[in-house]
Amino acid sequence: MIRAFLLSAAALAALPAAAQDVAIVNAKLVIGDGSAPIEGGSVIIRGGKVFAAGDGVAVPAGMERIDAQGKWVTPGIVAAFSRVGLTEVDAVSGTNDRSAGRSRFSAGLDIAPALNPMGSPVAVNRAAGITRAIVAPESSSNLFAGQGAVVDLADDMDMVTKPRALQFVAFGEAGSAKAGGSRAATFLLFREQLLAARSFARNPATLAEWGNDAMIQRADAEALVRVIDGTTPLFVRVDRAADILNVIKLKGEFPALKLVLVGVTEGWLVAREIAAAKAPVLVSPLSDLPDSFERLGATQSNAGRLKAAGVDVSVGVFDDDDAHKMGYTTQYAGNLVGLARVPGASGLTWDQAFASISSAPARAVGLEGSIGSLRPGRVGDVVIWDNDPLELGSRPTGVWIDGKAQSLTTRQDRLRDRYATPAEGALPKAYDR
Amino acid sequence: MIRGVKGSLLAAVSLAFAGCAATGASSGTDTKSASDEPAAVAAKPVKFNKDPYPSTYKGYPTRLTVVKGVTIFDGEGGRIDNGSIVMSSGKVDRVGGSDMELPTDADVIDGTGKYLTPGVIDIHSHLGDYPSPSVDAHSDGNEATGPITAEVWSEHSVWPQDPGFTRALTNGGITTLEILPGSANLMGGRSVVLKNVPSRTVQGMKFPGAPYGLKMACGENPKRVYGAKGRMPSTRMGNMAVDRQTWAKAAAYKKKLDEGKAVDRDLAMETLAGVLSGEILVQNHCYRADEMAQVIDMSHEFGYKVSAFHHAVEAYKIADLLKKEGICAAMWADWWGFKMEAYDAVPENIALMYKEGACTIVHSDDANQIQRLNQEAAKALAAGRRMGMQISDEQAWTWLGINPARAIGLADKIGSLKPGKMADVVLWNGNPFSVYTRPEKVWIDGALMFDAKDPKRRPVTDFELGQPGEGDVK
Repeated sequence: MIRAFLLSAAALAALPAAAQDVAIVNAKLVIGDGSAPIEGGSVIIRGGKVFAAGDGVAVPAGMERIDAQGKWVTPGIVAAFSRVGLTEVDAVSGTNDRSAGRSRFSAGLDIAPALNPMGSPVAVNRAAGITRAIVAPESSSNLFAGQGAVVDLADDMDMVTKPRALQFVAFGEAGSAKAGGSRAATFLLFREQLLAARSFARNPATLAEWGNDAMIQRADAEALVRVIDGTTPLFVRVDRAADILNVIKLKGEFPALKLVLVGVTEGWLVAREIAAAKAPVLVSPLSDLPDSFERLGATQSNAGRLKAAGVDVSVGVFDDDDAHKMGYTTQYAGNLVGLARVPGASGLTWDQAFASISSAPARAVGLEGSIGSLRPGRVGDVVIWDNDPLELGSRPTGVWIDGKAQSLTTRQDRLRDRYATPAEGALPKAYDR
Repeated sequence: MIRGVKGSLLAAVSLAFAGCAATGASSGTDTKSASDEPAAVAAKPVKFNKDPYPSTYKGYPTRLTVVKGVTIFDGEGGRIDNGSIVMSSGKVDRVGGSDMELPTDADVIDGTGKYLTPGVIDIHSHLGDYPSPSVDAHSDGNEATGPITAEVWSEHSVWPQDPGFTRALTNGGITTLEILPGSANLMGGRSVVLKNVPSRTVQGMKFPGAPYGLKMACGENPKRVYGAKGRMPSTRMGNMAVDRQTWAKAAAYKKKLDEGKAVDRDLAMETLAGVLSGEILVQNHCYRADEMAQVIDMSHEFGYKVSAFHHAVEAYKIADLLKKEGICAAMWADWWGFKMEAYDAVPENIALMYKEGACTIVHSDDANQIQRLNQEAAKALAAGRRMGMQISDEQAWTWLGINPARAIGLADKIGSLKPGKMADVVLWNGNPFSVYTRPEKVWIDGALMFDAKDPKRRPVTDFELGQPGEGDVK
């Protein structure tokens, strides 16, 4: 049985993927915008985009029709903060493009050419229902890590949905280590680099005048100019309550900054201020250990309390394996639903939890109009699940990205099937495929 | 699992270390030697105290308690719907169906819609040795100054105020853990088995009478750590050579002990002699199938037994061999790709081991995942079922129940809900294989140590006292 399934999957994978118009009907349909699931709903994908979704949607004559048989159908999951595509094996440095510790550049780095759509993490995460990801570089020796991208996880060579979609910087303990040893140095370095970039924008000749004393390289200045004017959202890793407030204050001097707060472990202590600043947050929601002095207030109720205070909360998988295990995204969101049942704890409703891994991260990165939900006009990223997508062990049975049906077979599946019976047969395992 | 380490290289190193630990536990009282054989010649048998840091754990006050109307996974593969349990004087008194006679003077808890299991056992933890906050001053899990440090005991590094212990209790229902040294070394030292109770001292947590373990590691970590220092081992063959030379020395030491000859005290050799005499259980960090097979041959060469391979991401490739050898594998559900020896991990690893009939264990090696080992088991179970395996929920609970108890030599005391066993029990507010479920109550030796409905039964470590979020839900 398993073999027959695999062969057919392999045969499917061999077909060139093409956008196909398709109607998925009779679904427990999740739009992804925080609304409740629709029993008996349908979604119509036409020209690679969502044409219509909901109940009472008429299927155009002649369109391919897939009966979901009452199963869950959702937009593809958006990984809120990840490194998928940047690494194959973390400890094998040649495969690892997360950070550029010995580069003379920082904010100007652009991860787009480092992405490998053929890497096995792309396939493994796709098979877990992840269709898009916000990918950020890691900061290493410089304060600014560089420009991340929004990507798709389709089985093709074109991975980039939006290049230079964000700039990443770490404050707190990590930032102070890079800036010279204190938070004071972090804030000063940040400010000086932005001011230098602004001078450069007004008069590009200034950089030449500064010569070797320049705070910044040309490529870095160009990237930071886009941060100052709000073109590029600035994703800021920050955890301590006091640090969060100080980062929010940066908007006083740079009012156009589009701040997105990442981590925000002690965010619940300053939730009202974050809400007032209208800064979206990306949280790794199950981090509840005081594993540093900037995370003393860690609690799994952070996401629920932030949401209750009116903060726009996205749930991601980071401080964990952020390249290989994006499949944890649904598990983490599901935990927040379970937390709502624990006396004294704060969690999310199911609808809120799903939105926190679909439309919310899309909104945080400024792409709410094009990805992250099944509202008309969004990309045709659709997943049919074998069960409640937030429940443990649920898996996609069908994934479409930009309206193209995707292979769900991974290298792991091939290994599993080779060793379904571990004993060798007449020939070694190497002949078994 | 990376505990806030951001750099990929650092993360890899930390993972690598995280990947291995040793187990150890003290047993017995003063005896003349590592062997019970009488010394034929020696006039004065060698004596040393085998339990110089004895457990002071006694168990906390109990009440005669009944949970009824509950779904029970007994930890050995059994299930009782609408079941009841009686806990008395710290022990499981009896477990049965709705027809079982119940005492009339007990505290009675209605378990309708809830599930009851034995307390979760994690045989691979570094809590206390790598505690939170994970500052340099707390980095006590790897004595990475030499590849053989069989003389160190992980209990001497355990900080009992690690908030990770309390998180594991309240969110994960963890009642017993084995704390291992890290995996930088080929022989990292002794492990210790702890009851997951808050205590001023590690002695107050030590599981009374638990056997010690020896943490060993093969593969990338030892050769990377010592290769980088320009010393042996720098290769996998170096790993094996250093191990074998050490075992040869230990065999000679044990021979002297057995013959009652005078020996200088050698803490490393005492531990290894304990392994060779079967008192100390080998807990061996190893990822690759081919390397596990090498270690198995080495154990035959020197006459010891590996109790469990830890991580064992390629156990599925040699599940038949592991079954034949009677060696457990303690595994993650889905960790992969963080280093080369984790590249061939598959989500069906755990289920494939189980299908083969081998001793199957889910472990954490992680201060976060230890808080949801039930969820890790659920993912592994689902992967097996997708392959077409028929595995029931109650069978899968053996991965968190009797099997880990067996691997640390405590199957007679914990790991299942059988009369006379320690009343380490978790009441879950739903099916523990659902993402929506959390522990509601946790008993250790019959004492209620956590109650989700009673903030006063929520332990707060010294470290957290007076800090933001003191006494908060976590």
